[in-house]
Amino acid sequence: MLQNKTQNFILLSSFLAVISVALLFLILAGSVAFAQSHEHHGLTNGVVDVQSGKMLFQKKCAVCHGSEGVGGVGVPLNLHDFLRTTSNRYLLQTIRMGRPGRVMPAFSTLTKAQVQSIILYIRSWRPEIEIPVYSLDLIEGDVKKGQVTYDAACDNCHREKGIGGEGTGVTFSRPRNAELIAPAIGNSAFLAAASDQMIKRIIMTGRESTPMDSAMAMGLKEEDVDNVVTYLRSLEENGTVQKVKHSQRDDAVLMYESSYSIEETIENMKRAALGHNFRYIREQTLDHGFVEKDQESNHEYLIYFCNFTFLNQALLVDPRIGMFLPFRTTIVKKEDTVLVMTVSPDYLCSLFNNNELKQSCHFMAEKYEAMLEESTF
Amino acid sequence: MKLCLKKVPFKVMRMKNLFYKLLLNGFVVVFMLLPITLQAEHQKLIMGRSSEAFPETMSALQEEIKKAGYTISIVQRVDIGLSGMGFETDKYRVVFFGKPEEIKSLPKKYPKLTPYLPLAITIFAENEETILAAMSPGYIEHAYIKNSDSSDAELQAIFLRWQKDIELIIENVGQLE
Repeated sequence: MLQNKTQNFILLSSFLAVISVALLFLILAGSVAFAQSHEHHGLTNGVVDVQSGKMLFQKKCAVCHGSEGVGGVGVPLNLHDFLRTTSNRYLLQTIRMGRPGRVMPAFSTLTKAQVQSIILYIRSWRPEIEIPVYSLDLIEGDVKKGQVTYDAACDNCHREKGIGGEGTGVTFSRPRNAELIAPAIGNSAFLAAASDQMIKRIIMTGRESTPMDSAMAMGLKEEDVDNVVTYLRSLEENGTVQKVKHSQRDDAVLMYESSYSIEETIENMKRAALGHNFRYIREQTLDHGFVEKDQESNHEYLIYFCNFTFLNQALLVDPRIGMFLPFRTTIVKKEDTVLVMTVSPDYLCSLFNNNELKQSCHFMAEKYEAMLEESTF
Repeated sequence: MKLCLKKVPFKVMRMKNLFYKLLLNGFVVVFMLLPITLQAEHQKLIMGRSSEAFPETMSALQEEIKKAGYTISIVQRVDIGLSGMGFETDKYRVVFFGKPEEIKSLPKKYPKLTPYLPLAITIFAENEETILAAMSPGYIEHAYIKNSDSSDAELQAIFLRWQKDIELIIENVGQLE
């Protein structure tokens, strides 16, 4: 009897185990299929080849870096000097880790073979260039002297602690004041991707087509360069590198309840916006353009305002921000309540992985809140 | 079918049970972590690049929006406003679109969703090519879906459809030759 029970128990355990394993495989297979359908788009698994790399580049990278790597929202990659001084290790790490707070997202779901294929494609633009390979040996210079040299020679473009130049890439939709934005060389992901030897070579040779001169042209000796590299590496060790600022409000919407009628609230909002240097653009019902004019609902209104100076500045930082600019406020009457709402700039700012935008978004959020408050109380 | 089992020593049996328990626990952990992994993969922006110039891409975008069953309500000419104020810019527009029945019903059911209506795709010239960008409905969804009750399930389905539709619209426009 006891033996039968034991046998049944073992049988049941075995059955459960088999089911668990089968389910586990099913889930993993499903997960891989999901990842492929969302990230990999039918590319060969495990095979490194230039055609796959081209397909992946067009799918994942071209939107920002340009179809031929000439740049845009992202920095240009198809530069002789860039390809001559950057290692494949650096490119691989950069694609995988992105640049926290500096627009470039991390493509962590791509396989190593896929990233290598992208790199192979990038290298195919200029096959005559010999791919550099750097030793991972650390350079041991003087941190303090390095900081002094950095402040004198590098800070002007790369800014304090290497947080990088302002703006996004070299977007063609805006006037091109600089050919290449100064990279964030104090960024945690940059320092993880770039070896000391690679950073040293770049400083020694400078970068053509950019304002960055060679060390010699800047009056720096090799020892000074070593010190600067050591200083940059110390930023990583001290934890002072630029990381993504996670502070953001959870709510996607700024919403106020108005003490006035919907008509009064609309007029209040217009006055408030003008008082905050916003220009009135237009007002319309929410369903304008969707239904016949005589069927439009007078319970939901949209009012558009714009501060063009601010809009222009924000577009210089990130040309994609126009997706929630100019300022659009929604006024809704629900039973006896009038609600005034707008999208939350602080919330939406996190879409862009761009620390430069944080300040602009916060400025916007404060302005919007002030206008909403003034129009409702 | 009768299964014949050999007598298993108690110690071996305990080890086997332990193995099965570990396996089962592993399965539970993987199962619990899976949604987090999938969620982390969700993109924040939906972007595409067309190799065509702005006017061709703009008309293709409008066509694709209509093909996906949406109505275009207005095209915001951001560049005209900026140029009028003396700022230098290339072509820059925002296309607003939606389904009339959703524009009517959603604000009543989900007032807090109204600021995100109508849906929008930003389109701007980038030299001889054109870029399209939209915020991912799948990303905004996290601010709205707090519980797993039935109303949230309905909203979740709407966000999912928007996500797929916008991805398809931008992908189709991006494939212009």
